[in-house]
Amino acid sequence: MTDNTLEMTEKPRSQWLDVWDQFRTHKGAVLGLGFLIFITLFCTIGPLIWDVDAGKLNIRNKNIRPIYMALFDSGAKVSWSNPMGSDNLGRDIMANIMQGGRISLAVGWTAMILALLIGTTVGVLSGYFKRLDGLLMRFTDLVLALPLLPLLLVMMLLFRDPLRSTFGPEQGIFILIVTGIGITSWMQTARIVRGDVMALKEREFVLAARSIGTPARRMITRHLLPNVMSPIMVSATLGLATAIITESALSFLGLGFPSDFPTWGKILFDSVDRMTSFPERVIWPGLAISLTVLSVNYIGDGLRDALDPRIRGL
Amino acid sequence: MLTFTIRRLLMSIPTLLFIAFVIFMLLELAPGDPMSQMPLTIPPEVKEKMRLALGLGEPWWVRFPLWLRQFFIVEPQYWIDAIFGTNFADGAQRIISFQSRSPVFDTIAQRLPQTLWVVGMSYIVGVLIALPIGIISAYKQYSVFDQTGTFVSMIGFSVPPFFSGVLLIVIFSVQLKWLPSIYDTTHVVTSWESFVFQLRQMIMPVMVLALQTTAQVSRYMRASMLDNLSQDYVRTARAKGLSESTVVMKHVLRNSMIPVVTVIALGIPSIFGGAIITEQIFKVNGLGQLLIIALQGNDIPMVMTITFLLAVLIVVMNLIADILYGVLDPRIRYD
Repeated sequence: MTDNTLEMTEKPRSQWLDVWDQFRTHKGAVLGLGFLIFITLFCTIGPLIWDVDAGKLNIRNKNIRPIYMALFDSGAKVSWSNPMGSDNLGRDIMANIMQGGRISLAVGWTAMILALLIGTTVGVLSGYFKRLDGLLMRFTDLVLALPLLPLLLVMMLLFRDPLRSTFGPEQGIFILIVTGIGITSWMQTARIVRGDVMALKEREFVLAARSIGTPARRMITRHLLPNVMSPIMVSATLGLATAIITESALSFLGLGFPSDFPTWGKILFDSVDRMTSFPERVIWPGLAISLTVLSVNYIGDGLRDALDPRIRGL
Repeated sequence: MLTFTIRRLLMSIPTLLFIAFVIFMLLELAPGDPMSQMPLTIPPEVKEKMRLALGLGEPWWVRFPLWLRQFFIVEPQYWIDAIFGTNFADGAQRIISFQSRSPVFDTIAQRLPQTLWVVGMSYIVGVLIALPIGIISAYKQYSVFDQTGTFVSMIGFSVPPFFSGVLLIVIFSVQLKWLPSIYDTTHVVTSWESFVFQLRQMIMPVMVLALQTTAQVSRYMRASMLDNLSQDYVRTARAKGLSESTVVMKHVLRNSMIPVVTVIALGIPSIFGGAIITEQIFKVNGLGQLLIIALQGNDIPMVMTITFLLAVLIVVMNLIADILYGVLDPRIRYD
């Protein structure tokens, strides 16, 4: 009889399954995740289906308006070969948005991962080792007091040419932008991780692990890091959002990628001069940036709720 | 409190020195050369003389203390001279821009009013919009107003200023033709018409910057109000029979403002950073545009000075936020 009731209870559930169940109840977060997957597929798989070369000039087909313009204005120059229109050199805008999205997203993800790596390392080290704490946190405060956007602009301008000559125009700028954003946005993660590690260090399971002689390295990787995963994931979403915005801002100020190399910010910057007659060229990349960042922010919001055990299960 | 303030003031000196050193070394180690824009026909020995004339002949450990001396001693002396007609400076060398060959601070003084007008107005407008939104959102939690407020602030966080600005120009300048898209900084307010013109040209840049401030401050205001609304003293105040408006606007609001005031102080430096982009969109010739032009022209003294001034602003605002926190909240004791 007792055995029977025991079998009736639910199967054991992993923590991440619980988190996913809670995450699914957040409408904005699910929509955001859907859009992020859509835009990622659009940029990665899209060019395989829509195989128009983004850089191909076609002067005969320049200044084509997007296809929906035919609804408002029967005289508008539209063509199904360029559904989102084409720019003043006849390059297809849809292919450019796909190509630009690949780079913008790649920069965002890489810079975010770099910032997380630095932030987590600094946070764990200063939280776990008392000797390093004062020094590392003073350093973090100093970096927080730096005016970051101007410094990023200085770095872009000054290190652009040497990196370009060493790694090639695209690779060099990519490395520069990713490093620049990475080393200027790790501080918040470091602070959060440090606080959590310091709190965890006082718990019994850490004491138990230490009493059986666990070395510091394994203590960090086995016991501390898995327990600070949730704040790290939340700051990852914030980091991705800021990295995409920062990259676009640099491109918009003309200090990002070279001009024949589209990113969302770059396309927006190039179209500003002609926005009076072709507003759609500004709106497409701007919408892409804004919606991506919006969806990432909503994912972060949902993730924060889902990872907080006090809210979960309500 | 006083000892804390003095200690913090003293601590900010090494911080500022370190920041100045980082900026200086970044510019120093960078391979960019202020002479790279010069024509190639200039013979090398003349080029060398030009470098010396720019003050680039000395090694960095001579030039860095020199810059510090110019920034912290010589420039203030010139300001005192200009105000009181004294002669402390005695013709000492000021920080000179490579591009215009005029003192850096003169150019900054010319550009500062434009930036202050736009940035200051936008910050005030942003905070004034944010506070009521935050209060109502918290008071009516999960209502339609609260949901809308959350969505609008999400948009404020997500839409970068270079898109919201361009979008506003497309809608209000291009389609509706209501507002001018370029900010005319030479415009002088003399009459009612010119005042209206000034207002009209300020609306869009101010709104773009204010959206970001509003998003941030209203979130903090809401969270802080929610923390306080569920406290026991609120129940006590209601039980005493105080009117609802007294409870919310006097008791809860005052307590909730403490963290929000520090957030408002801490946000000021970042709004100056955001102004770099906004000024570029609306073609305001303020400090941000000056920085971009100086960067493109390898004007090292100008870049160094503007960047360092922003760093000073950050450090000072951090200090003010810390002190304000202690002044407003008697529970916080620093000593």
